[in-house]
Amino acid sequence: MSIAAGRAPVLEVSDLNVTFGSGTDAVRAVRGVDYSIAPGEVLGIVGESGSGKSVTSLAVMGLLPDDARVSGSVRLHGQELIGRRDKEMTRLRGKAISMVFQDPLSALTPVYTVGDQIAEAVRIHQDVSRDKAARRAVELLDLVGIPSPEQRARAFPHEFSGGMRQRAMIAMAIANDPDVIICDEPTTALDVTIQAQVLEVLKTAQTETGAGIVMITHDLGVVAGFVDRVLVMYAGRPVEKGLVDDVYYRPRMPYTMGLLGSIPRLDTGDREPLVPIEGNPPSMSALPPGCPFEPRCPLSIPECEAGEPPLIPVPGEGHSAACIRTQTIENRGLTPRDVFKAGPAGAVARGDRAGRPTVLMVDRLVKHYPLMKGAVFKRRVGTVHAVDGVSFDIREGETLGLVGESGSGKTTTLMEILRLAPPQSGRVVVLGRDTAKLGRNDRMAIRRDMQVVFQDPLASLDPRLTVQDILAEPLTTHGLEVGSRVRELLGLVGLDASFASRYPQEFSGGQRQRIGIARALALEPRLIVLDEPVSALDVSIQAGVINLLESLKIRLGLSYLFVAHDLAVVRHIAERVAVMYLGWIAEIGAVRDVYDTPAHPYTQSLLSAIPLPDPRKERERRRILLEGDLPSPADPPRGCRFHTRCPKFKSLPEAQRALCVDQEPELRPLGGDQAAACHYAERLEVV
Amino acid sequence: MLKFLLRRLANYVLLVVIATSLAYLLAASTLDPRANYEGRSPRPPEAVVDARLSELNLNDKVPLIQRFGTWAGDVVTGDFGRTWEGNSVNQEITRRVGVTLRLLVLGVLLGSVLGVFAGAYAAVKQYGWFDHGATLVSFLILSIPTVVIAVLLQIAAVAFNEATGTRFFQYTGEYTPGLQGGLLTHLGDRLQHLVLPTLTLALSQIAVYSRYQRNMMLDVMNADFVRTARAKGLTRRAALVRHALRTALIPAVTYFAFTFGALLVGTTFTEKIYGWHGMGELLVNSIYSNDVNSVAAVSCFAAVAVLIAALLSDVLHAALDPRVRVG
Ligand SMILES: Nc1ncnc2c1ncn2[C@@H]1O[C@H](COP(=O)(O)OP(=O)(O)O)[C@@H](O)[C@H]1O
Ligand code: SF4
Ligand code: SF4
Ligand SMILES: [Mg+2]
Repeated sequence: MSIAAGRAPVLEVSDLNVTFGSGTDAVRAVRGVDYSIAPGEVLGIVGESGSGKSVTSLAVMGLLPDDARVSGSVRLHGQELIGRRDKEMTRLRGKAISMVFQDPLSALTPVYTVGDQIAEAVRIHQDVSRDKAARRAVELLDLVGIPSPEQRARAFPHEFSGGMRQRAMIAMAIANDPDVIICDEPTTALDVTIQAQVLEVLKTAQTETGAGIVMITHDLGVVAGFVDRVLVMYAGRPVEKGLVDDVYYRPRMPYTMGLLGSIPRLDTGDREPLVPIEGNPPSMSALPPGCPFEPRCPLSIPECEAGEPPLIPVPGEGHSAACIRTQTIENRGLTPRDVFKAGPAGAVARGDRAGRPTVLMVDRLVKHYPLMKGAVFKRRVGTVHAVDGVSFDIREGETLGLVGESGSGKTTTLMEILRLAPPQSGRVVVLGRDTAKLGRNDRMAIRRDMQVVFQDPLASLDPRLTVQDILAEPLTTHGLEVGSRVRELLGLVGLDASFASRYPQEFSGGQRQRIGIARALALEPRLIVLDEPVSALDVSIQAGVINLLESLKIRLGLSYLFVAHDLAVVRHIAERVAVMYLGWIAEIGAVRDVYDTPAHPYTQSLLSAIPLPDPRKERERRRILLEGDLPSPADPPRGCRFHTRCPKFKSLPEAQRALCVDQEPELRPLGGDQAAACHYAERLEVV
Repeated sequence: MLKFLLRRLANYVLLVVIATSLAYLLAASTLDPRANYEGRSPRPPEAVVDARLSELNLNDKVPLIQRFGTWAGDVVTGDFGRTWEGNSVNQEITRRVGVTLRLLVLGVLLGSVLGVFAGAYAAVKQYGWFDHGATLVSFLILSIPTVVIAVLLQIAAVAFNEATGTRFFQYTGEYTPGLQGGLLTHLGDRLQHLVLPTLTLALSQIAVYSRYQRNMMLDVMNADFVRTARAKGLTRRAALVRHALRTALIPAVTYFAFTFGALLVGTTFTEKIYGWHGMGELLVNSIYSNDVNSVAAVSCFAAVAVLIAALLSDVLHAALDPRVRVG
């Protein structure tokens, strides 16, 4: 922050407008964006999906499609870029300004090696030999923390994990020592541990290049400790900007407050209810004349509809907000929790667990897949230990969160439970019935009582079915009366009854997930299994769905098995949590115990990787960084599976390490409702 | 990788054996070489015909399975038997194979290369005049049978020759018989004869490939990785060629194996119409003359040609796509 002060800005964007199409269906994707960054400064651009963040960046890069009309000014070192010929822009791209894109899987060309793609970036702008460029590519890969870079440079993108691809993208972006790096949601879709690594790499990249960084995200939590200033966008317009501390601690625009309040947090003493922003962002082609946030704003007054409020200065250096009620917020000292209606407080397990009936019991469950090779004649070359002896139980009215990095076996566990068939080994008991001893009719009966919600439940459904048909289907399958049930269900999940006649494609992600939940509720189940139900949603929308699940549980006495990779979300919804690693459970117990004093080094690293939406805490925080990626489940490490990445193991004296390498630790109770599978488990506060 | 290809090869060889055997069985049970003798006058005595047919392994009084055994035994040693007139099928084929291959190879190369480029260019200039034009012409060509295209080209060539008063386009045979002159004259003459048949074959290939490649290219052009390539500082053209086209070639290569069969059929008509003495002509003639062994031999050639095309397409696919290569 201090370094930035007083320096001439490298990049100045002023009154940037982007319109797609023309006439009545013109989409005004960006409307009057203003910002500037100095060398070494980090600007965070935050907003929900569709708020125009990516379009803004592409406009700066000059990479918008031909049908986009761009006006306003983008100055790099004082030189105007808008209106330049593509040829001139080509010389700047990748050299003066570079960009890191969101989805690292699709952002690398599948047919060239990673090393070649980085070397290409070098050779475009530097007059060096092929060899030299290749060597530079290896250096860059090393810089971004790819192990054995000479060898990995020869690998193709599909041989890299998501985190490694993103590192490669960063290597490419810094290849020519740019002055500005634009990162468009570089950590979305990555696991928290990998996200923490990538943010660390970006910091390295910044120190290395001294570039100004534009960091785009939809999650205010991610960037709190990383950015100097923040620009919040809504409906294509900046609605609040200022220094990071001002925006996080003293937000003055209700939208910013909503974004902040909707983040599930780890650092608040007890579980506080989340504050969702109801409704959806407006359509960019038919904006109402007033404040675009008005339909969703709890503070709105009739004057808000009069005209779109401009950014006006509010207390704090360079702090401004586009709202006509900033004064009221200021005077009354309103916080997000005051402005937005909070959901129900996280239910705490009532009474004694032991006294309540068990709805689901999983005992030493095993699922191994054969690992096949060959395209025509397949042959078995190994075994994937997807689930390798997992045990837990869920009592009535309880939520168990099953968390872990992708590839840890969460979904396989869930699928094994849903299969209602004898497992390869171990036992699954659903609602008191052992799945090894079920007949056809028993299965049908259990399917009624146990429902499932997927990440995008409607993705697999016939797009020609209306919501009415979708919700009626489970009822008719089980020979039940449909009647007014569909209306009831829609009401239950907070949707309008008129939605029944519409089609799934017409809904936003959050609404679709509500329809998915309504479908699961149709048969009045007792147990619902949820597979990453909110991880595809924006934080602001996610909060609403979490609150809905919470209140449904209380009202209908449901039990949930909630699978997620986001520990902060799980803390909000679950009473108990099980942390999975490579097909086995590392730690299990009451949320309060596990989150406050995690005992397994893996849980500790996971928790420490989760960013806090609190700039001061973030800046002071010391992370336990996990190295590398999840090992292959086809070849899990000997002894303790975690020992290849365990930070504790690294700090142990040689003599004590032997135990970790030789002997697989069992889940050991640690007092209270907490057990960890580590020889050297030790409770520790990490958040 | 090599192992994978060898296994593929084994598969294909098996398919060739089955296809050729079926073709023989079908030809032997439906064609009637005896009729060739019965139509003669004076009609030869039955015993003589029987003896002659037996000698050629064409006698329908011998059980089919036994004839098949004899035929298969010879084929394994590389002998495709005799034509109904008693000539060696092998010789007949050796003479003709080069003629057909010349057409096929040129048609495939010209067709796929031009088609891929036309398709890619149409995609890059989507909705431009080239794209619209290419779409129109392709559909026109695809909706006209090869035979008609061949005839139309001939008519156009005649008109051109008359209008210019030259004999630039040659439309019968592979060369002008009895032509005087040096090597160059002969080469030129052959080329003049080659233009029209090759064009006939290539046109439909170009049409097919350009449609397919256009769609593949459109899929890839807006891919994130092309945007990355642009963000690195590549020009639009370089990004499109090096990243988009290179990736979009992969499906076109797998497509190659599929279109090859249609191309073979096209060759048959083309040869017949332009009076080329190739395998296609042999097939048509031998069906007319109830020549079982020749039909089986041409079928075998077709099967082998398809096999090579499929194998080539596998090899190219692996060469272009690291995801297959490594897996
Ligand atoms: N090529 C395009 N043509 C038409 N509309 C577009 C195009 N690209 C983006 N948009 C629209 O612009 C708006 C902003 O999109 P985007 O910048 O991607 O949002 P964000 O990155 O904040 O999620 C959206 O309404 C989106 O539908
Ligand atoms: S101007 Fe009105 S509607 Fe808009 S954010 Fe402020 S209070 Fe809400
Ligand atoms: S058993 Fe050893 S390697 Fe495993 S988590 Fe504990 S300290 Fe780490
Ligand atoms: Mg975006």
